[in-house]
Amino acid sequence: MTGGPNVGRFARLLALVPYLRARGSAQVDEVAREFGVSQRQLMKDLDLLACTELLRPWPTCPIDLSYEDGEVVVLDSGATDRPLRLTSDEAAALLVAVRMLREMPGVTDGDTVAGVQEKLERAAGDAAAAMRGRFEVAVAARPAVAERITDALERDRRVHLRYYVPHRDEITERDVDPIRVRYADGHGYLEGFCRRSEEVRRFRFDRIVRITVLDDVAREVPETAAEPERDLFRPLPDAVPVTIEVTAAGRWVAEDYPYGTTTELPGGGLRVELNAPDPRWVRQLALRLGEAGRVVAPAGLADDVTAEASRALANYDAV
Amino acid sequence: MTDDAAGFPAESAQARRVGKDERLFTLVQCLLASEQHLTARRIRETVAGYGGDDDEPDDAVKRKFERDKNVLRDMGIPIETVRDPNTGEEGYRIDRAAYELAPIELTTDEAVVVMVAAQVWRQGKLAGPAAGALMKLRASGAPVVEDAGLDTLIETAEPAFDAVWRACRDARPIAFTYQKRDGARAVRRELEPWGMVCRNGLWYVAGHDRDRDAVRVFRLSRVVGAVEPCGEPGTVVAPADIDVRALVGDWGGGGSKPRMAELLIREGRANGLRRYARGVEPEPERPGWDRVELNLFGTESLAGTVASFGADVIVADPPDLRDAVIRRLKGVLA
Repeated sequence: MTGGPNVGRFARLLALVPYLRARGSAQVDEVAREFGVSQRQLMKDLDLLACTELLRPWPTCPIDLSYEDGEVVVLDSGATDRPLRLTSDEAAALLVAVRMLREMPGVTDGDTVAGVQEKLERAAGDAAAAMRGRFEVAVAARPAVAERITDALERDRRVHLRYYVPHRDEITERDVDPIRVRYADGHGYLEGFCRRSEEVRRFRFDRIVRITVLDDVAREVPETAAEPERDLFRPLPDAVPVTIEVTAAGRWVAEDYPYGTTTELPGGGLRVELNAPDPRWVRQLALRLGEAGRVVAPAGLADDVTAEASRALANYDAV
Repeated sequence: MTDDAAGFPAESAQARRVGKDERLFTLVQCLLASEQHLTARRIRETVAGYGGDDDEPDDAVKRKFERDKNVLRDMGIPIETVRDPNTGEEGYRIDRAAYELAPIELTTDEAVVVMVAAQVWRQGKLAGPAAGALMKLRASGAPVVEDAGLDTLIETAEPAFDAVWRACRDARPIAFTYQKRDGARAVRRELEPWGMVCRNGLWYVAGHDRDRDAVRVFRLSRVVGAVEPCGEPGTVVAPADIDVRALVGDWGGGGSKPRMAELLIREGRANGLRRYARGVEPEPERPGWDRVELNLFGTESLAGTVASFGADVIVADPPDLRDAVIRRLKGVLA
């Protein structure tokens, strides 16, 4: 798990000695698992370490290891008592992620995360100081929403949601028994058992219009309840296949909805084919695009869009 | 094999073929253990794998040693070099204090946080550094904890990610071709990058745009083709009070004080607008309609949303919003 294919053998060799030193003794199978290598590979690594030899001023073996009967003990760790310091990339990778976790209420304990950040910054020293402020992951966490969800999770309470469903343009009301908070693509989601649909559903924080923590105790989620789809952004199974052509000014469609296939058109435009969650969603998109795009197929939907635009324009003549 | 004249045992490193990993590991032991700076000659006598005394020609050994030094430096191992004022010969050593990770003690709970932090990169381009950091912390005594199973991920899918990350890390100017959102022709830009921010799952880089001589933010997904360095590392200096995250947050119209818009919305419709309403009242002159007030941050952005609800929304005020909506609707019919 530690590294496996992501960490080279030489880096592993440098880490192995202090790792064993810090633990006094360890089991071969355990060490192999924690370094993500086979026991065979680990034995080869230990052989190498034990055979390391400095030839001058006189031949010495800096590392003294014993590894019999599946137990490894370091008797002398040579000059590598301690692991190598963190590189800038290593320090930045961990600290960026730790700072992100601080913004994610409901995932980890805030005080613990703050403590980790402080310890890592101190241990990484210059590598961390130089990178400060250069890399950030911003999370649309909506603290007020997240706070209530955390409260409900901690006290095992049901919540009531006013929740906006964009593709149907509906504000819905429902009671939800919270299970956990998840984050993906910069958005926070409440995952919970929805009492209205009797299913496990995910609710995106920025679509929660209002959340109230109820006095009711959240019920156990039935074992038979299905996990929500792992891929949050896959179109629904009953989606409608649509073809839209956009001009250069409408290219953002492909960027904002990267699920379809796109074909370049002369003049910088694009043909976008995608499965729309709902025909109403396509109509909204086409009206928003104005002259920057048009629905090519299905034809009925294209007519529907122009009819709606005419009705909307008629409103203005009347006002 | 028999013992040789110098008295080395048969399994001695000198008598075996020494692989690259072993040579590098021994080199590190050698340079860390020494109080003095060691000459290249002394190092090749001490570390098996450089061909001992005479096996390999001098320049081949020299090249091998140069390559090894670079491998160590790339891993962040600090090799000191000094030149002997008398002989002119270079000497090398590794300062243990500069090599070693400072002490860090993590509780089990804290180790879980570190594990989670490393895992958010698990499919991304920083998976390697994250795994390397985790390994070093465990080598420092941090408890090994089980997979926390947290479904949180930082995506780094943009092809430009690696090069831009390196440029921000090394404070190095870069040049790239950039395609603006409105589809205008892609243009080459030179940027002094100050930092990167991931927002809504997308990466942005902010810095000083040399062509515009101004602060600019670029979305990595709109960078076309390769990102090339166009200056030396360490030459980019960000203003001391710069907040890269705020720059990216402001980009695209936010930040300024909103105006107020007044809309007429058919009862029960356009909930995507109603949810942001500052005030809703039934409209006496139009039964079945409400008068809705909301904040207007960007005219074109709100005009797009209003137009998307078709005949269910009418703009009463301001006039520029009204015109923008009418233009879009006419565009649909064009």
